Formats: sequence, C-alpha cells, structure tokens
Amino acid sequence: MNLTLKIWRQKDSNAKGQMVDYKVTDISEHMSFLEMMDVLNEQLVNSGEEPVAFDHDCREGICGMCSMYINGEAHGPDRGITTCQLHMRMFKDGDTITIEPFRAAAFPVIKDLVVDRMAFERIQQAGGYISVNTSGNTQDANNLPISKHAADEAMDAATCIGCGACVATCKNSSAMLFVGAKVSQYALLPQGQVEAADRVQNMVAQMDLEGFGNCTNTGACEVECPKGISLDNIARMNRELMKAAIK
Amino acid sequence: MATLDSKVPKGPIQDKWTDYKNHINLVNPANKRHIDIIVVGTGLAGGSAAATLAELGYNVKAFAYQDSPRRAHSIAAQGGINAAKNYQGDGDSTYRLFYDTVKGGDYRSREANVYRLAEVSSNIIDQCVAQGVPFARDYGGLLDNRSFGGVLVSRTFYAKGQTGQQLLLGAYSAMNRQIARGKIEMFNRHEMLDVVKVDGKARGIIARNLITGEIERHSAHAVVIATGGYGNVYFLSTNAMGSNVTASWKIHKKGAFFANPCYTQIHPTCIPRSGDYQSKLTLMSESLRNDGRIWVPKNLEDVKAIREGRKKPTDLSEDERDYYLERRYPAFGNLVPRDVASRAAKERCDAGYGVNATGEAVYLDFAAAIERYGKEQAKIHNIDNASEAKIYELGQAIVEAKYGNLFQMYEKIVDQNPYETPMMIYPAVHYTMGGVWVDYNLMTTVPGLYCIGEANFSDHGANRLGASALMQGLADGYFVLPYTIGDYLSDDIRTGKISTDTKEFEEAEKEVKDKIEFFVTNKGTKSVDYFHKKLGKVMWDKCGMSRNEKGLKEAMVEIKAIREEFWKEVSVPGNSNEMNPELEKAGRVADFLELGELFAKDALTREESCGGHFREESAELDGPQKGEAKRNDKDFAFVSAWEYKGEPADAVLHKEELEFKDIELKQRSYK
Repeated sequence: MNLTLKIWRQKDSNAKGQMVDYKVTDISEHMSFLEMMDVLNEQLVNSGEEPVAFDHDCREGICGMCSMYINGEAHGPDRGITTCQLHMRMFKDGDTITIEPFRAAAFPVIKDLVVDRMAFERIQQAGGYISVNTSGNTQDANNLPISKHAADEAMDAATCIGCGACVATCKNSSAMLFVGAKVSQYALLPQGQVEAADRVQNMVAQMDLEGFGNCTNTGACEVECPKGISLDNIARMNRELMKAAIK
Repeated sequence: MATLDSKVPKGPIQDKWTDYKNHINLVNPANKRHIDIIVVGTGLAGGSAAATLAELGYNVKAFAYQDSPRRAHSIAAQGGINAAKNYQGDGDSTYRLFYDTVKGGDYRSREANVYRLAEVSSNIIDQCVAQGVPFARDYGGLLDNRSFGGVLVSRTFYAKGQTGQQLLLGAYSAMNRQIARGKIEMFNRHEMLDVVKVDGKARGIIARNLITGEIERHSAHAVVIATGGYGNVYFLSTNAMGSNVTASWKIHKKGAFFANPCYTQIHPTCIPRSGDYQSKLTLMSESLRNDGRIWVPKNLEDVKAIREGRKKPTDLSEDERDYYLERRYPAFGNLVPRDVASRAAKERCDAGYGVNATGEAVYLDFAAAIERYGKEQAKIHNIDNASEAKIYELGQAIVEAKYGNLFQMYEKIVDQNPYETPMMIYPAVHYTMGGVWVDYNLMTTVPGLYCIGEANFSDHGANRLGASALMQGLADGYFVLPYTIGDYLSDDIRTGKISTDTKEFEEAEKEVKDKIEFFVTNKGTKSVDYFHKKLGKVMWDKCGMSRNEKGLKEAMVEIKAIREEFWKEVSVPGNSNEMNPELEKAGRVADFLELGELFAKDALTREESCGGHFREESAELDGPQKGEAKRNDKDFAFVSAWEYKGEPADAVLHKEELEFKDIELKQRSYK
C-alpha cells in the first residue's frame, strides 16, 4: 500500500518542532509499524536526509521503549499492544497517518518522536522497591505462602512496562495508572506491606512534584494501556494513601 | 602476554565455593566508600551486580544505552528461571542441576563454575521473592514450577510468560533504592565506547552521551561488563534492536580474550519470518513445548496443499502427521534441548516438509493439550458427559491462563488464532553461549576487568538449557561477583580516586572521537543497515544451524570484504554532537563485522559437533544415533580463547583444557 505520513520533526529539546509530510510506497500489510518506519528511514538516509528518531528496542511489546502517538492514540489504533506490535494491516492503501511523540509537560521531547521519561524513574526511586539487601540468607521462598489470588493480582499490576501511554492519553497527563500499578503490586504482597505507607506517600509526592496531573476517572489510560492495567489500581493507590494519612 | 589460568579453587567440587568465600580478602565497610566500580549494562546481570555492590557500600556508576535499566533485553525472557529447590519432590538437587547443565552444554563448560551456579540457584528464588517478584503460585500459596527442555524434573519458577520482566523489575527496584541513596549514579542513554587501562589494569571507560553526543571519561577501580550477547551479528535474531557486541569487542581489542564465539543458540520456537523487510524475530517461549506438540505433514502432497491454501492443518488426521520429535526422541519427546529441536526442524524443512510459503516453518499444536485439560476440568467440576465444545472451552481456559500473553502476541504478529489453528514456528538466533573469557572470579584476562551474564562464556558450554540464562545472570550479579571483586579490590584501599586527566584517558578518548568523526564525515553511499543485512545473510547461510569447512572459509573471506566495503561506503547522516541513532548503529555494526570473521574462524577451528555448533563433517554415520551430532572429546575438550592481534583472521588461539572429574563424558542422548 501507499501512504502519506505526517510526522513530528524537532531537532532537539530547545528547537521548535513541526509536522512534516512524507510518502512511502509498497508497504506490505504484514509489516510492523516500526518496519514501515525503517523503510522510511532507509529512504531518508539514501537521499542524504536525517532519519526520524524514535525510541524502540525489543520490538516485541515488553521493554516499553517505543512511544508513538499515532492518529491521536497512544500506540495507535489497536488494543492491548505497543507501537512495535502494531501491524500495517490496521491501515488501508491511501491512508494518511499522523505520528507524534507522547505529549505531556513531564515528558519533554528530546528529538523528533523521542521523549524524556526520567520523571518515571524518579517516581520509582522515591519508593518503588522493598528494602531488602542481597545476602543469600533471606528466608526460604516457601516459608511465606501467598494466596494465589493475591499473587495473580500483584502480577497483573506488575506487568506495567512503564511506556507512558497512560500519561500521553490522559487529558490531565496523569501518571496515576503507572504509580497505582507499582503501589498495588507491593501492597498486595505481604513482603511489601511493611513499608507500604511510606512508599505510597513518597511516590505520590514525587509524582506531584514532576508535574503530572490528577485523575478525573475518564478511564482512557486503561483503554490505551498495552498491558491492560486496570483502573482498580488507581483506586487501590488512593485507598493506600488514605490509610497512610490516618496512620 | 596474559596466560589462561582458570583459578578454580582446589578441593572437592561441593566445597570449592564455600572454602573460597571463607578465604578471600575482604574490604572493610569504611574502605568500600573509597572504591568506585563501573558497571556497563544494567540487565539482569549488570542490574543485580550494581544493586548488590552498592548495598555493600561501593560507589557504583552504572551505564545503559536505553532510557532506563528496566528496558534491558533480559525483560524479554518469557519462560522462567531454574533453581534446584526440589519443591516438587521429584528428585532434584544441586548435583542434578549441575549435571543437567553440563550435559545440556554438551560437556564444554567449566565444571566448577557450573556447580557454583547450581549451588546459588536456590538463593536467587529466595532473594527475588523477598523483593516482591510475583512468581506463579498454586492454591496452597506455595511456588509453582514448570518443566523445561533437556531435563527430567520440574524446577522452573515462572511469572506468567513474563519471568524475565519480573526478575528484571526486581533488580531494577533494588537499583532504584540505591540510586535514591546516591550509591548508584545512573547514566541512562549512555554507551560505552572503550575501556581505559592504566598500568595494565582496567581503570575506566569512555562513554558517549546519546542525547548530547558528548564524549565522557569515567574512572573507577574496577570495570564490570554486563552487556549481553552478540546474536545481532546475524542481523535477524530475537535480540533487541540495540543489543550489540561493542563493549565486549572493545575490551577484546584491549586484551580480554574472547571465548568460543561460534557457540550460538538457535531457539526452536520462534515466529517464522514473513518477508525481506523483517527487522527482528520474535520468540515464543520454550514453555510452550510443555503442552504443544510439534509436527509436519507426513506426505509431501499435504505440504503442497497446505502451502497453496487448499488444505488446513486441522484437516489432517493423526495418521497424516509426523510428530518428528516424539518419533526420534521418545524419552524426551517435544522437550529435547534447544539445539536438538532446532536441527530436527531444519532437517524436516530441508527435506521439503516446511508448512508456510517460505518452506521454513513447522507446526506447534495445542489441540491435544486443550482436550486433555478440558477433560480434567470437566472431572474437577463434576460435569458428566461433557460435550466436545464444552471440553474445548474448559481446556482453552487453562491454556489461556498458562500462555495467554504468548498466544495474544502470536495472533498480533501472524494474524491467526492459535487456539483454532496450530502455531507456525521456526528456529531463530536467540542467545550466545560464547563470550568474553573469564576465570572462576569472573575476571577477564585484563586485571580489574570483569564480565558477567550472557556477555561472558562461562556456564553454558556449547548449548544453554532453557530457563538457565536468568539463573546465570542473577547468580553472577547477586551472589558471585560481589564476593570475587572484593578479593581484587582489597589491594586498592589505598589507591585513592583514579584521575581521568591522564594520557591513557586522553588517548582512548581521541581514538573514540576520531572514529565518530570519520563516520559523520565519510561520503559513503550505503546505509548502515545495508551492511548489517549483508553480514547477517553470510552468518545465517554459512555459520548458522549447520556449518562446514568450505562455507566457513568462504564466510571469512566474504565478511572481510563486507568490512572493507563498509569502511569505504558507509553513509551516516547527521552530526556527532546530537542524538544520532544511525551513528550509534554504525559503531555497533563495525564491531559485528570484526566479530563475525572471528566467529567463522572459531567455527572452522572446532572440527567437531557440540551443542549449538554442528559441523556437517562430524555426525554419527550409523547405529541408533545416526545423523546426530558427534563430539570429539579427545581433540576438542577445551575452551577456545582468542587473543586479539589486529585482523580477526590473525587472532591467536589459547586453549583452556576442560577437565571432567565429577561427571563422566558421554554422548548426549535424548532418545
């Protein structure tokens, strides 16, 4: 198929960006979206132009690196996937596709479609861990039975890949799904409960400091989340925060 | 010239590690504060090492090319992690895990290292659970296990199909705690471009800030390389797009020997390629072989009909199918080790039985498992005379719970529903057992320079068993390196800060800058990918699943020619002082172009078949093992450690003879 691409180009974080039109031809429907971008970039390199910078790495939907906003949707027009798992069979010959970076005040653009997600790192550093040193002397893993339901629910929360689609898609640029997922994973497990109050307070404080917005229960984050992280995690985070406040 | 001393401690194998730990030099906590360690790469090995070293009190500087340690490719490991816990009571033990790993590696690994790996495997599970890794559990709340290829016990711990992700996030959380304390200084979006040696010891690195393009000098008392494997030398592999050999190759050029480069794992269950535009291959976890049955049609007419779309795989009756793994290897069936399963798929496809348009695909079928689980569920729920549809529905729910995310991934890529029609799979490059040579302490042939995880060669011999990569990465990072590095650093307590203002740093920096300048100013006509694809084709055709003398000799000549063309014709747009992905790729491909030739040379030198290295000249000619790989222990029971001498073809071979005192050398039989 032949396509027109409208792509956000921005030289660096200080430069002013703009949308630029490109044409690609003979795109196979079996290609992944990023393979289509490879075709464009090969075309640009061969004509001496600078290729479009975009983040990507594992190309199998798990590293969380890729981050495009395609036709007004984080990770494009399919559900339960990242941009790298999007396939061209979702588009038709003659389509015009708009490709932008994830946009949020807390995610400044570095170049073209590449954004800076260090705010997520700082939130994790504020409390996204259990304080246990490596010693080889921790208790035997089976000394701490955990109900299958709690373990499964913790696992569901822990599948977050930290891509930032929730933020990009939220009209308030809220990071509550991301933070709620991490808070939930630990709150659901006995190992995580010891420092649960400090954790939720510190992580939420850092989240506010980074300039992410609040949750107004639109639910768009859950829809666009490639891993289907549930809104319940936000509710649980709020509950944990409340619990911590009255302690 | 460095000599090869494996430094394996004396004494019985089960006591070596304990005795060693009891007698090494320690660094007191007050002194650790004055010692800096650089860790390059923050996947399972590097991340766990960085966190543990920081917990111990060292000052750690960690480097990752991605924007966060959480994105390292360890995250893509699906199936699980082995540990000799014997929670299933099926006869597992440290010895048995050790034995399976040495046998699975086709007797080409170092016994003492493997025993230690098996020994600390249990600690890893305990540690990860304490960190909050949500492993799968049974209804009693205890940890669940699954089976993996090449073994007869159930010792694999897992977190759905995302075990690597959860273990990496565990190590990442431990890192975050230390970053918050200031004990780890994290350099995201940085790439190491050279190691700096002062008085023969590794004392720092030159790194490029991938956002600004700035070249930086970083010093430390020791340097740890944990940058993973080099599977991307094939262009198409299951590795991440950015995975590269650069850090390993740069230290090789500075004196670290490179061991067994030809030992590559070609994983049997990957999604077949669909066209020339393909940028990477996707793995389907080996855990699928617990429940999936692998087959091709028995008759070539059916193959033709399927390729032409006249028949569907589900139209074929049981008699018309060839479950070739079950046929050839009745004892292990679909759970033979990876190298054996891959070669068997290639054998069938070469004989014309491949089931897709390219002729390079076999079926992985879950119908039998769905039926078996469905019947079991019907019984559990007391449903008498359940209809076929009901059984299918109940069975599908179980398969979905076990492998749902993998099935979804498959459907998104191939656009077929694997619950309804068998998956198509084909082998793809997945893991490299070869890597930087290290001694028992995980130190390379350069003092103060360590190498851990997939980047080193140490534990998997010529073939890695499933669920052992995660185990090795975390064993090295959490439980081995933190001890062994202390022994070395105990001599450095009075050294003080290492200055970066010296001629050694200056020279290394200049070399790096010159190369970058060359790339951005060269007036070439071809993209970096053009050369990478060309290299990948030679590697796959001539250094792939089976190799022969003629092909390997041709590969050496062809790779050299591609390399020469690369240095004339490569075109890199953009500048050096900005984010420039093409420039990053150019540097990586330049190193692959050297490694590829050494790879072929190594494969040529090893005139035997072992593990993932199959030399056509060395196969069993008759008897019950006819057609199987033939090892030659008399002449080749050694590690090939290559010393850099300029051109890859001029590399000098050093042999570390392998001694097997605790395991008898046998032909690997899975029949």
